[in-house]
Amino acid sequence: MTETSTDKPVPPAAEPQAEPVVEAAVLHEVPERVTELGGATVGNTRCENPFMVAEDVNVYYGDNHAIQNVSLEIGKKEVIALIGPSGCGKSTFLRCLNRMNDTIETARVTGNITLDGKDIYRSEQDPVALRARVGMVFQKPNPFPKSIYDNVAYGPRIHGLAADRAELDNIVHTSLERAGLINEVKDRLDEPGTSLSGGQQQRLCIARTIAVNPEVILMDEPCSALDPIATARIEDLMDELCEDYAIVIVTHSMQQAARVSRRVAYFHLGLLVEVDETDRIFTNPQHKLTEDYITGRIG
Amino acid sequence: MATSDTKTTRQKVEAGLPRRRRKEFTFKLLGMFATAIGIVFLGLFFASLIAEGTSAFKQTFLKLDIELSEDVLAPGGELDLAYADFDGLVRTALRAEIPEASGRQDRRELYRIVSVGAAYQLRDLIAQNPDLMGTIQSLWVPASSNVDMLIKGNIDANIEEALRPLSDKQIGWVRQLQDKGRLESRFNRALFTNGDSREPELAGIKGAVMGSVYMLLVTMVLSFPIGVAAAIYLEEFAPRNRWSDLIEVNINNLAAVPSIVFGLLGLAVFINWAALPRSAPLVGGLVLTLLTLPVIIIASRAAIKAVPPSIREAALGLGASQTQVVFHHVLPLALPGMLTGAIIGMSRALGESAPLLMIGMVAFIVDVPGSLTDPATALPVQIFLWADSPERAFAERTSAAIIVLLGFLLVMNLTAVILRKRMERRW
Repeated sequence: MTETSTDKPVPPAAEPQAEPVVEAAVLHEVPERVTELGGATVGNTRCENPFMVAEDVNVYYGDNHAIQNVSLEIGKKEVIALIGPSGCGKSTFLRCLNRMNDTIETARVTGNITLDGKDIYRSEQDPVALRARVGMVFQKPNPFPKSIYDNVAYGPRIHGLAADRAELDNIVHTSLERAGLINEVKDRLDEPGTSLSGGQQQRLCIARTIAVNPEVILMDEPCSALDPIATARIEDLMDELCEDYAIVIVTHSMQQAARVSRRVAYFHLGLLVEVDETDRIFTNPQHKLTEDYITGRIG
Repeated sequence: MATSDTKTTRQKVEAGLPRRRRKEFTFKLLGMFATAIGIVFLGLFFASLIAEGTSAFKQTFLKLDIELSEDVLAPGGELDLAYADFDGLVRTALRAEIPEASGRQDRRELYRIVSVGAAYQLRDLIAQNPDLMGTIQSLWVPASSNVDMLIKGNIDANIEEALRPLSDKQIGWVRQLQDKGRLESRFNRALFTNGDSREPELAGIKGAVMGSVYMLLVTMVLSFPIGVAAAIYLEEFAPRNRWSDLIEVNINNLAAVPSIVFGLLGLAVFINWAALPRSAPLVGGLVLTLLTLPVIIIASRAAIKAVPPSIREAALGLGASQTQVVFHHVLPLALPGMLTGAIIGMSRALGESAPLLMIGMVAFIVDVPGSLTDPATALPVQIFLWADSPERAFAERTSAAIIVLLGFLLVMNLTAVILRKRMERRW
């Protein structure tokens, strides 16, 4: 960990590593489990078809070093799950990916995050434009206190995606259909979004996000406020959505991570401990902490 | 759990219960007592106000058969309203009614029974309808305030003659007129249609009400947009640093600054420096704007803070800009709270008199103001002026004006409640 840049305001693209990565995939094939915390990330942080690439990302909240030297690649059309005990920095990392951390005044991000090869923290990057490409679904369903229709139409409206009412109707309809909500709400589009049940509200929030047609969807514990049936519906939905979008999901449920994701990243105390294919993580974790976590000994 | 003595946990809990119940009971009792005291004082306040003030809504009128003689009104054949002797007509009619008042002294006393307003009433009648000249009209004209007080029982006829404003003779004539059915208590329209006057029976609150209305218009138009804009900027856009902390502390302090200080500021800035007219509702409104701004800013900031962050995040996550988040989501949700704050600030401004004293709105102004720059006074200042007047009849008018002021305050606060209920959206 180098902490040389603690004092000065951070130039977003400080490190000259924007070149395509030529280094071969690092695979720590260790017969015994790695036990120390703070070493290099175990497993494989790379993927075949990287779309978002984070390199040496550090986040500080004031003096608190929330995540340290995290490097991770997120592939096109893959579901990657971020797991770990509370306060381990997985949500913080997620919020770096669409610059939601910008809204926290004390937050400071160093390192390099690129989307499709372009640094998202470069000065000419408008966070508004970024968030249209990297959508977000939150932990608690948070529909606007507006009608169901207006909830979904809000994004397309502010970005000017629809030329006329018919096109907007079409976007709203398709988004609700893709979120698996259309049959439940098609006769009550003008009712308030808050009148729906929790699971329906969360699917409404997903519909609202995909109405903007993003390339990446970030989900911050999207099912933690939902019952198992609503959770199952959202998980099914994620299976369908990952055909078109890259999905990064933060979850506390290992079962959920195992069910929906192709790869899993395990965070611990602000460090990215291990990243690997979901099967490998759950059957043969390389790091002692990962093993302890997935077997329920910590967290 | 290891227990050293023989008591079980359950026994311990039960042993403590009576004490807990007693505490709860005592606290409830205290609360009820406090509420009761509040209600009793409020009741006393309203009771005394109503007992004192309601009689002002009635006024004693005197029925006179007045001959609108052409010889008196238009001696040269030309009617000149400014010089015509309407007083003379009233006096002639009064003499006809009470023939026994014959000497100079008696007549002078007799004339004091009727208000000087009777002559103005005749003038207005003739001005409206000159054809009435030459006819005999039976008219109800206002009695003088002393007669009014006598009829209302506020003057004791049994005390020594020199100590009361009406002489024995005058009281005798009043009783005589009463017996003939020439005196009647009627609704006091003058109270609502006239400006201030030195004669209590002619004094009204219209000038003060209009002054207050103009002032509040200025205050509302200025303080609501400025206050809301400041609150939005401070809450949503301003960086958090030493400067914004300083501003926050100062705004909170300003809300607690005695209002008369704002009056001094208004005098120095608006009247002495900007040379705006004295006693004008415009200046009053500007001063009250300064006074209400901190209240509105604080209430608006609280309303903005109360908007759940999840709504903000949802909009930001969709790619809304900060301004879009504010105007599409935060403002609609915060508006009821902002309006409530604004109306509460307004009602505080409506009841404010001290700063208005400093900018000359305490002057005796008879005319009802017709514009923002006309000299005017305000309802609370009018109350202050009347409470300061020696005439007995102003006492009940003071209370009546307070009732009207409270009525306005009630309406405004009710509006605040209704607006909030109407616009409140749940999420």
